[in-house]
Amino acid sequence: MTGKDVYIAGVGVISAIGNNVAEHLSSFEQEAAGIGDITQMNTIHRQKLPVAEVKLTNEELVNLTGLPAHVSRTTLLSLIAATEALADAAIPEIKKWRTGFISANTVSGMDKTEDFFVDFLTDNNKGRLRYVFDHECGSMTEIVADELGITDVITTISTACSSSANAIAYAGRMIKNGVLDVAVAGGTDALSKFTLNGFNTLMILDKEFCRPFDEHRAGLNMGEGAGYLILISEKVAATLGKAPYCKLAGYTNSNDAFHQTASSPDGNGSYLAMTGALQKSGLKAADIDYINLHGTGTPNNDSSEGAAISRIFGTACPPMSSTKSYTGHTLGASGGIEAVFSVLSIKYGIIYPNLRFETPMSDLPLIPETKFSKGQKIDHVLSNSFGFGGNCTSLIFSRA
Amino acid sequence: MKAFIRSAACISPQETFGDDFLTRIVEYEGIRLKAIEPGYKEFIDPKQARRMSHVIKMGIAAAKKCLADGAIEIPGAIITGTAYGCIEDTVNFLTRIIEQQEELLSPTAFIQSTHNTVAAQIALLLQCHNYNLTYVHKGVSFESALTDALMLLNEDEANNVLVGGTDELVDACFKILTRLGLYKRQPINSLDLFKEPTKGTIGGEGAIFFLLNNQPSPHDLAELSGLKVLYKPQNIGGEIDAFLSDNSLNVSDLDLVVTGRNGDTKNDEVYHELANSIFQNVPVANYKHLCGEYPVSTSFALWLAANILKRRTVPEIIMENGSVSMPRKILIHNHYLRKYHSLMLVSAV
Repeated sequence: MTGKDVYIAGVGVISAIGNNVAEHLSSFEQEAAGIGDITQMNTIHRQKLPVAEVKLTNEELVNLTGLPAHVSRTTLLSLIAATEALADAAIPEIKKWRTGFISANTVSGMDKTEDFFVDFLTDNNKGRLRYVFDHECGSMTEIVADELGITDVITTISTACSSSANAIAYAGRMIKNGVLDVAVAGGTDALSKFTLNGFNTLMILDKEFCRPFDEHRAGLNMGEGAGYLILISEKVAATLGKAPYCKLAGYTNSNDAFHQTASSPDGNGSYLAMTGALQKSGLKAADIDYINLHGTGTPNNDSSEGAAISRIFGTACPPMSSTKSYTGHTLGASGGIEAVFSVLSIKYGIIYPNLRFETPMSDLPLIPETKFSKGQKIDHVLSNSFGFGGNCTSLIFSRA
Repeated sequence: MKAFIRSAACISPQETFGDDFLTRIVEYEGIRLKAIEPGYKEFIDPKQARRMSHVIKMGIAAAKKCLADGAIEIPGAIITGTAYGCIEDTVNFLTRIIEQQEELLSPTAFIQSTHNTVAAQIALLLQCHNYNLTYVHKGVSFESALTDALMLLNEDEANNVLVGGTDELVDACFKILTRLGLYKRQPINSLDLFKEPTKGTIGGEGAIFFLLNNQPSPHDLAELSGLKVLYKPQNIGGEIDAFLSDNSLNVSDLDLVVTGRNGDTKNDEVYHELANSIFQNVPVANYKHLCGEYPVSTSFALWLAANILKRRTVPEIIMENGSVSMPRKILIHNHYLRKYHSLMLVSAV
């Protein structure tokens, strides 16, 4: 039963650098980051903290999706990316398969709850209930599952910034265990004052554009978006009129067990996640052709992740980069969005640049890629996603 | 997929954290049942505990007691289910953002507000680097966590899986859910919840953990023999028959059905229909007059069923009709806001 292959049949993504896969590929090639001033949120941090916003207003997202105006931006982003992924997979007669929607997010309908709370705090009998009705993380998933017509398995994962990588791993396991044939898996998160202020109190937001893995990095830029994969069983793959993108070859979830928000200096959790995923995939470190780093740009994450990578890959590191230099850190969506990038890396032989990298970290021999290239031979990609609470997850995608 | 329940620890609005099994029932007047908190000193350093919210403390204490009862130091995985997460810290941080207009905020509430904080803090205290996950899917958050646990055991990926359901009911949520019409308009005695069905239910909270294993051990409480989650089922009676038949059982093999009746007229309709149809000849019991309605309340039902089977005694207070002497098969049927139904089959070992 286990040991069966799980294939990736479709991808969908929305972030600050594009509203679909094609726009992302173009932004990557043009080395055009999506980071800039805050234009959507009403916050005192406008013009002070750069963020990576999706370049569509809520009204535009509502018009695109047909969802009601009171729905959270988190839900709107989710529906756009999940719809693109399903259309991309174009699974014949999808109704005959057991299909699941496994989605992740961290702050759910917080954007709308923030509006509700302004009135609610003046008087507990005030505040329009429709803005708080869908506050729960699971509501985002449920609304999108209803739109997609998925009923067999619907669930939501929240493990901070590793959330959607766990959703993808879980979807793969559901297929391997014979519970599902098809799964739409990934995650979504919209910018909110809650997370912006939260990260700001931790003093890990860069006031400039973020510089992942650079000696002079000074923090992350908040981003938003959604990314989903369509995972299918061997049986479903046989009915596709085309080759799948690749397969999900390995995945491991470990806990750093070091601190609620900080990563251990040696990157124990990330080391265990990466080595576990390698073991599960049956690959050696030398087989990995590209690493999509977690690479937030905070001093702590990058040195911890870098230390773990050095322990595993030694001096023979494969090309690596943090695409957060384009999209900002999309929190619960980042694992899903970066899984889409990893899958596209295999499909088109792309190595993404790590923008704005200048000076290597003094204590680690790691030099991320700084130029876009395509047509490379990429068979195996490692994607890292780590989060608060020590939650570390690594995924490996392999050419099918 | 099935698992042996090696131990269970329960913090609820009843005296469930010690050895007593519902012999001294706590009655509540009103529409809100609060968890009875144990002394935390035994489980958490008081200095750390002062900074922790209610749900984090309850979660850690229940998890640690469950491990101690199961004589396991480091679980193979830690999986939690919670609909609202660390809502007290979330409300605190949100309130300060608004009241202080985003200025001079302290990070503590934000740091502890993420939904995975309970599972993370357990891992941190135990120095447990193993699989760690948090499910946040409304009224089936606990069932989602259990599904993952059963799959891990089935895959031989982990053993001694610690799985729990945690949710706290804070003032802001209680007020909002009251305004949304979830709770009764008039205070009632919690033990009268099923006497006169009216609109609304009573709120509850709790933290309940289980240690699951794929091999039996001498002190197991029970076996979790089957689990099924259904989204908007058209014919729940048919689904229950199919679920039982997947487990090679008929309704007549059941010794007891534990339902999620919560005193709300509309909510309880389906339970009445089933009691008068497929469950006509099966004794029926309820539990939400003891722990209140909350998204992961099925963790209380599983704790109840596991203890009934282990202790071979059925507390009188839960019975709706009939009587049971030596139950061996218990079905738990719950639904949350009529959208998600869950079925758990629990067997004596």
